[in-house]
Amino acid sequence: MTASTTTTPAGSAIAPRRRRADDVAGLGTARAGIFVAPALIIIGLFLLFPAVWTIWLGMTDYRLTGLQAASPEFVGFENYIDALTDPSFWNSLGLTLVFVVASGIVGQTLIGFALAWSVRNIHGWVKALIEGLVLAAWVIPASVASFLWLVLMDRRSGTLNGLLGTDGYAWLIEHPMEAIILFNIWVGTAFSMQLFSSALSAVPPSQIESAKMVGASGWQQLRDVIIPNIKGHILTNTLLITLWTFNTFTPYLVTAGGPNGKTEILSVYIYETAIPGGQLGLGAAISLIMLLINLVIALAYIRVSRGRKKA
Amino acid sequence: MIHHSRRKTVAAIALAAAGALVFTGCSGEQSEDENGPVTLTITANAITGGKNAAEADWVTDWVIPQFEDAMKEEGKDVTVEFEPQGVDDENYKTKIALDLQSGEGSDIIGMDGIWVGEFAEAGYIKPLSDVGGDAVDGWEGWDQIPEAVQNAVSFDGDRYGVPQGADGRVLYYNKDLFKQAGLPEDWQPESWDDVIEAGKALKKLDGVTPIQLNAGTAMGEATTMQGMLPALVGTGEQVYEDGKWVGDTDGMRDVLDLYKTIYVDEKLGDAVLQQEAAGRDTSFQMFAANQIGILLEGDYFWRSVVNPEEGVGTAPMANRDEVVGYTKIPAMKPGSGVDDQDFVSMSGGTGRVLNPNSDHPELAWELLAFMNSKEAYEARNEGTISITPRTDVNDEILSEDPMLTYVSEEVLPITAYRPPLAAYPQVSTAMQQASLDVVSGTSVDDALATYVDSLKDIVGDDAVSGD
Repeated sequence: MTASTTTTPAGSAIAPRRRRADDVAGLGTARAGIFVAPALIIIGLFLLFPAVWTIWLGMTDYRLTGLQAASPEFVGFENYIDALTDPSFWNSLGLTLVFVVASGIVGQTLIGFALAWSVRNIHGWVKALIEGLVLAAWVIPASVASFLWLVLMDRRSGTLNGLLGTDGYAWLIEHPMEAIILFNIWVGTAFSMQLFSSALSAVPPSQIESAKMVGASGWQQLRDVIIPNIKGHILTNTLLITLWTFNTFTPYLVTAGGPNGKTEILSVYIYETAIPGGQLGLGAAISLIMLLINLVIALAYIRVSRGRKKA
Repeated sequence: MIHHSRRKTVAAIALAAAGALVFTGCSGEQSEDENGPVTLTITANAITGGKNAAEADWVTDWVIPQFEDAMKEEGKDVTVEFEPQGVDDENYKTKIALDLQSGEGSDIIGMDGIWVGEFAEAGYIKPLSDVGGDAVDGWEGWDQIPEAVQNAVSFDGDRYGVPQGADGRVLYYNKDLFKQAGLPEDWQPESWDDVIEAGKALKKLDGVTPIQLNAGTAMGEATTMQGMLPALVGTGEQVYEDGKWVGDTDGMRDVLDLYKTIYVDEKLGDAVLQQEAAGRDTSFQMFAANQIGILLEGDYFWRSVVNPEEGVGTAPMANRDEVVGYTKIPAMKPGSGVDDQDFVSMSGGTGRVLNPNSDHPELAWELLAFMNSKEAYEARNEGTISITPRTDVNDEILSEDPMLTYVSEEVLPITAYRPPLAAYPQVSTAMQQASLDVVSGTSVDDALATYVDSLKDIVGDDAVSGD
């Protein structure tokens, strides 16, 4: 994209470019092939093969145990039809949407930005402390974090019940979705905060000063100076958070998808179907559906970011 | 630019090298050297200080050193390793299934007898004599193990493993709470109504959950074995009879009505507890803390949960022998149980199988036979007594424990077993869901309709009884 700033006349620029496309390192096709072969093999083995294997599995009635484990039969698109006509699949997809919007897009992004915004002018140990605390939540392994939350929300001796005096209230049973949304915000907000912190520090101070001089309020500065400057970061952050939240499995460690499937987001649904449920074929089919949804999100992002760059 | 691409090349080569290392790592199987040192591994869902601690301790403290010494005397250099697990049975099952599927896993694997069918059908395990060789059929122990007990780890007429023991289910009750509620400390209910009445009396006590009857999917097979099935045999029906699985029958309806009575209508049980991820363990803790009046459990509960012995019970009760009462599970009404019995029970069995992927299957069989020898069971029972599969051992030791004598004399003769069919675990899950539906407020009709639908998906329309 930035190549067009060179001063070479348009006519002569074509020739070197073509040569470049042919053979940039002067290795020749065969030797170049040898050089990239290991990488291609690894990509093929660890990326392509599993993907193709998933597609194949998704078209069989493969199970973890029993006769179908020994000799799975080809069932074509039956798994896909089963999944798409199963109310529990749609229920799971609905739960996933709520989870992604509430904990990812709204929670992590907004709270991350709010944190970054509120500490931008603070320096010294206060800032270090706040950032440190938020980062700690991010650095702690998910298994440990989930255990902390289990202890917090435990029905009988949980910290939360102790603080609120609501002894015996089963938070994880009565409000399971709210619990995993808060959990995911707690776990993941640090990323947004860090990203926005660096974005905010890159906003030219001169622009903020100018805005202040013409009497812009804090909100106006944010709207007219800060946000236009960090739009790209917002977009990147939203995409990453959306994909991560969509694919995350850690809420399983808090609620195990329960009670009665109320927190069975898509990743948990696939796990429950494939591993404890033993239906590996069906699980593979749903995984592929999930992969396609990921692709749609990523494509939408690419479109939006292209449109933004053109403008 | 050039610098950049060179770096990429270096990275690619490094990756390739790493990949190559991975492959050599994978193919680095131990070479089959007859005289060289051999390592055998044992796995079970048992762990020191946690689940089935007594078994884990026995394996590490007795089996391994004794077997290694015995091998040394024969001039063999054998090391035995124990790979403990301490997780939910469902998770353990998944783990060993994945191990076996990928051609890995320990040489000796402990498993629930009911998994044998589906594991065998999948080809993960093979008949014992196919794996362990001729020595298997000649083993002295088979004469000591009753056929019914052997069947717990058999499938299609073949022995797949050595059974570890027999168990039976009873109603446990807390005598202190019974006393406080004005109920007899020596209690034998004759019908479900008797149990409900006792529950109502217990309900008057503060901070006490009168009845805990396992329900829901979170508890997995515990719900089926310590809830649905003992109730079902109390109505005179079996989960699998005459080639059909129990569907929308009077018996199933009565069972779900019982759940509704306990959890919804009379609120004698804690419906929330049934949905908690660690509900079963919590129910153990609550019973040990005198917070549960009546609990349906297997003898495992007595041996491994409330056992006061240090490091054995996961929820030890110091005064177990005085406080914990046990009594036979009544049929719905006197005489309404299977075979017109007044009282019913369910039994399961666990066992140990040989891994067909074992590098040293014959040696592994030697170890397995050693673990099931008379001496081994005697050592095993030094800490906590359990009903062993061997009659010669049972005759000697059971008299030391009144509870296990009770199970062996009163319960085992009237007990029922789960069908050793590969479809059973899936049917079991559907039953768990039905109980969960009722406990969480769905009507019995709706829960039953959903259950029959999933049952038909699993076994086909023709194999469901009751329409």
